[in-house]
Amino acid sequence: MSTPASSKPANAARPLSPFMIGPYYKPQMTSMLSITHRLTGLGLSFGALLLVVWLSCLASGPECYALIAPHLAAWYGKLLIFAFTWSLLYHFCNGIRHLMWDLGKGLDMPTAEKTGYAVIFASLGLTAGVFVLTLV
Amino acid sequence: MAQFTLPKNSTIDKKAGKTFAAPGAKKPRKFSIYRYDPDSGANPRVDTYEVDMAACGPMVLDALIKIKNEVDPTLTFRRSCREGICGSCAMNIDGTNTLACIKGCDEVKGEVKIYPLPHMPVIKDLVPDMTHFYAQLASIEPWLKTDSPAPTRERLQSEEDRAKIDGLYECILCACCSTSCPSYWWNSDRYLGPAILLQAYRWLIDSRDEATGERLDALEDPFKLYRCHTIMNCTKTCPKGLNPAKAIAETKKMMVERTV
Repeated sequence: MSTPASSKPANAARPLSPFMIGPYYKPQMTSMLSITHRLTGLGLSFGALLLVVWLSCLASGPECYALIAPHLAAWYGKLLIFAFTWSLLYHFCNGIRHLMWDLGKGLDMPTAEKTGYAVIFASLGLTAGVFVLTLV
Repeated sequence: MAQFTLPKNSTIDKKAGKTFAAPGAKKPRKFSIYRYDPDSGANPRVDTYEVDMAACGPMVLDALIKIKNEVDPTLTFRRSCREGICGSCAMNIDGTNTLACIKGCDEVKGEVKIYPLPHMPVIKDLVPDMTHFYAQLASIEPWLKTDSPAPTRERLQSEEDRAKIDGLYECILCACCSTSCPSYWWNSDRYLGPAILLQAYRWLIDSRDEATGERLDALEDPFKLYRCHTIMNCTKTCPKGLNPAKAIAETKKMMVERTV
């Protein structure tokens, strides 16, 4: 069923009420984690491309690899790898939270907020773990 | 498509806002309220009213009524029951949607900022146009549907079956949840939104209803149901403490269960 046609012309002139998160709608813990899940998903797509570039350079021989190796070792390269690692682990942890929700569990607000904090800490902890392991 | 800014005719004219002081007030409190006058057609503005809380009821609705009665009779808002059961005074107060009649002024820190329900066409001031929302409610056919012959008395339900509609039948359709949902802001032309989906589930789970399959068929669509991404603004904001996110998740489960 659609909106009656008669309401269309009137609404075209009517202003849209303010909605933007931040100035008009307070960011909620759950909504911020939700947008982060999307953004990390987006980041992972670019990260996957980066991984392909790295692998093809690796496969093309030492000259080619020498082109990107210094960039990956530089601070901005490390930062990128750190961001990629955290994105992957955040998306993974929050993915488990989503799977739980798909089973109809943990959808009450206190639990959703608790699991949200768990995802933040777990993803940061795991990222730190990965970095400690690779540095050792 | 997601849109992140207001259209030209909807931006708030910061210079046009007026201030109404309350001289001699014992406990002055500032209320900034969104104003839009369809007769002038000028862009919306935010007016600031000082209210003496020493001579005002405790709820945000009390302050709104006081302003309308004593300061500015042009201030327009919907209200009726003043006890959280009619859903008329749903609005955005202090950055979340709630009912003005059950939101205490003391729950807000500093200035009380009041806007209409987010991302809705505004008729005047705090009054949004709910036509589309009601049309969406009608689209899910929110009434008992049966094929079996009518019994000589009421259609009975076991206590367990009756308990399944607890947390659903209490919905007053104030639209706080739907208008808190970013997915609804950006896809309300095709996505039904949390309030309507909770209503849909209320009939899906009712043991007396015999149109479950037909109802699920109607929701089998990339947008109507599946634009819910579990952002959970709906559950967080519901002034009745209901859980639309859970109702939607259960509906998605029913969709899966009938195919596997």
